[in-house]
Amino acid sequence: MSWLETLRTGAEAIASHRLRSALTMLGILIGIAAVILTVGLGEGASSSVNSAISALGSNLLTVTPGSSTSSGVRGGLGSSTALTVADADALANKRDCPDVGAVAPISQRSTVLINGSTNWTTTAVGSTPGWMAVRGRQLAEGSFFTSADVRQANPVVVLAPTTASELYGFADPVGRSVVIGGQSFTVVGVLSPVGSSGSSGTTQDDQAIVPISTYQQRLTGIFGRNSVSSIQLTATSKDTLSAAYQEADDLLLNETGATTPAAANFTITTQDQILSTATSVDHTLTILLGGIAAISLLVGGIGVMNIMLVSVTERVREIGLRKALGATPAVIRRQFLVEAAVLGLAGGVVGLLLGLAGATGLPHLISNPIVISAPAAVAAVAVSLGIGLGFGVYPATRAARLAPIDALRNE
Amino acid sequence: MADPDAPTAVIEPVAIPLPGPPAGTRPIIELDSVRKVYSSGTLSVEALRGVSLRIDEGEFVAIMGPSGSGKSTLMHIIGCLDVITGGVYRLSGQDVSVMDEVELAAVRNRRIGFVVQQFNLLPSLPAWRNVELPLSYAGVPRAERKLRAIEALARVGLTDRVDHRPGELSGGQQQRVAVARALVTDPAVVLADEPTGNLDSASTGDILALFAELHAAGRTIVLITHEPDVAAVAQRVVRMHDGRVQ
Repeated sequence: MSWLETLRTGAEAIASHRLRSALTMLGILIGIAAVILTVGLGEGASSSVNSAISALGSNLLTVTPGSSTSSGVRGGLGSSTALTVADADALANKRDCPDVGAVAPISQRSTVLINGSTNWTTTAVGSTPGWMAVRGRQLAEGSFFTSADVRQANPVVVLAPTTASELYGFADPVGRSVVIGGQSFTVVGVLSPVGSSGSSGTTQDDQAIVPISTYQQRLTGIFGRNSVSSIQLTATSKDTLSAAYQEADDLLLNETGATTPAAANFTITTQDQILSTATSVDHTLTILLGGIAAISLLVGGIGVMNIMLVSVTERVREIGLRKALGATPAVIRRQFLVEAAVLGLAGGVVGLLLGLAGATGLPHLISNPIVISAPAAVAAVAVSLGIGLGFGVYPATRAARLAPIDALRNE
Repeated sequence: MADPDAPTAVIEPVAIPLPGPPAGTRPIIELDSVRKVYSSGTLSVEALRGVSLRIDEGEFVAIMGPSGSGKSTLMHIIGCLDVITGGVYRLSGQDVSVMDEVELAAVRNRRIGFVVQQFNLLPSLPAWRNVELPLSYAGVPRAERKLRAIEALARVGLTDRVDHRPGELSGGQQQRVAVARALVTDPAVVLADEPTGNLDSASTGDILALFAELHAAGRTIVLITHEPDVAAVAQRVVRMHDGRVQ
């Protein structure tokens, strides 16, 4: 019996038990669709995180303070008040740090902005004019605050585009006043949108930047007045990144009075490190969810085996008849293997189509993009075929071992 | 997949030993002191206690006996569906007891045509697909299979029922499809186990007439039954009792 005929026999057997075959396929189908979607979500998430982080520029360095210990209790990273505006100024000194480009001390907190009767909760960021260069932002209108504003702690604010439109609608906010933390500020400029998708793009387009001195004096309490939550700086180019890193490290060790690198109360991270952390988190999640989906696929495979075993028991007479008519055990085994493989493959293909439909449809409901790669799709179909075959071996072998007299036994 | 190199069902024709006695006296089935013991655990049942039987080419033999006499076991042995415990069984001069499962499948496919009480047709396939089944295991090309299946159906008078499924046929017609399937490979012997057991008297007469016709055409037929009327059609009656030929 040729392969083609075996395939036809298998397809006929499946077609003659439509409901049972459909239910069997359902297990594989759901498993494959779930795997495709989770892996697609994972890939979509890491690609959007990737693009968001690399939009910030790969020659960015972030200095964060270390932990603080008070009354024997060690706080979390960033709880220390070791970094100050003075450190940022020192880093901006071209003599000590020739490879450092722009420097911006950054402090931020959630706050409410009020324009007349309109309230908007956003992130207030305290920084210096270097912020523009560090974050690589452009102004849509007006101007950024100046070093003089920082020195005099003037109540001026630059709004990100979403914040501006939430507070002023289509009106031009430049020159208008806004109340932040109970104090009146003048809007001097509006930023251009970042335009990148994903949650980080949204945050970057919704914030209010004020001079760091104003932030410290008017928006924070007594604690940590001079400290900043981080200092961001850029290297002059991508090639000088490690040199800039070294210079900043040396200078800050000196400034904070630490004698050994181990005693340093700050951490410098590159974008690559942040990127790899973010990607590894995504990876872990993808593996976790994919693992759960793979378990459902395994359950689907067991379903195939279960149904095939039932099918063998139910078709004892047919198997016996085929053997009485001259089918060898190999032919019978092949017939049942092909049947299981066709069930698995069909479930896989339909599952893939369902996954693709989900990948096109779901992003309209949830904001996360879903990326399905061709290798993942091919692998999914191959896996479903393999599951059909793998879980079909045992039932097929049982069928092949049945005695032919069972067909002719009178009962 | 599993084992692409496994022996396929394509069977070389087995040479009938020549020269031999003139047609009509050449033995097709030779049983010599055949014993069959079924054992499960400590319990063992001796179903055949030394059966010696010779059936010649062109003979129409009925094997009769009450239930439990061993006639069904004898039928399974003759049909190569079961293996013997002792003695010798030669089919067309070949010792069957030394064959493995693949060779036995080939013998069943080529040399024996089965007709059983429940017809044993596949309900999802039309008549001609049921009839061509043994040919597909013999590796006969598809186009030829269909021709031969239709030809076999014509021989049993079912030319107009070629595309009907078993469910659309009467019991007598279904049994005739089964006879056509038994004939399609042109076997050395047609084995019929209670072929009229599920049929009314009209269909019974029909099928028995068909067997008589096949016998007249020179076909070797072994018919197993417990009804004397049915056995009466045969040329010779072999009576079984307690695992022995009387």
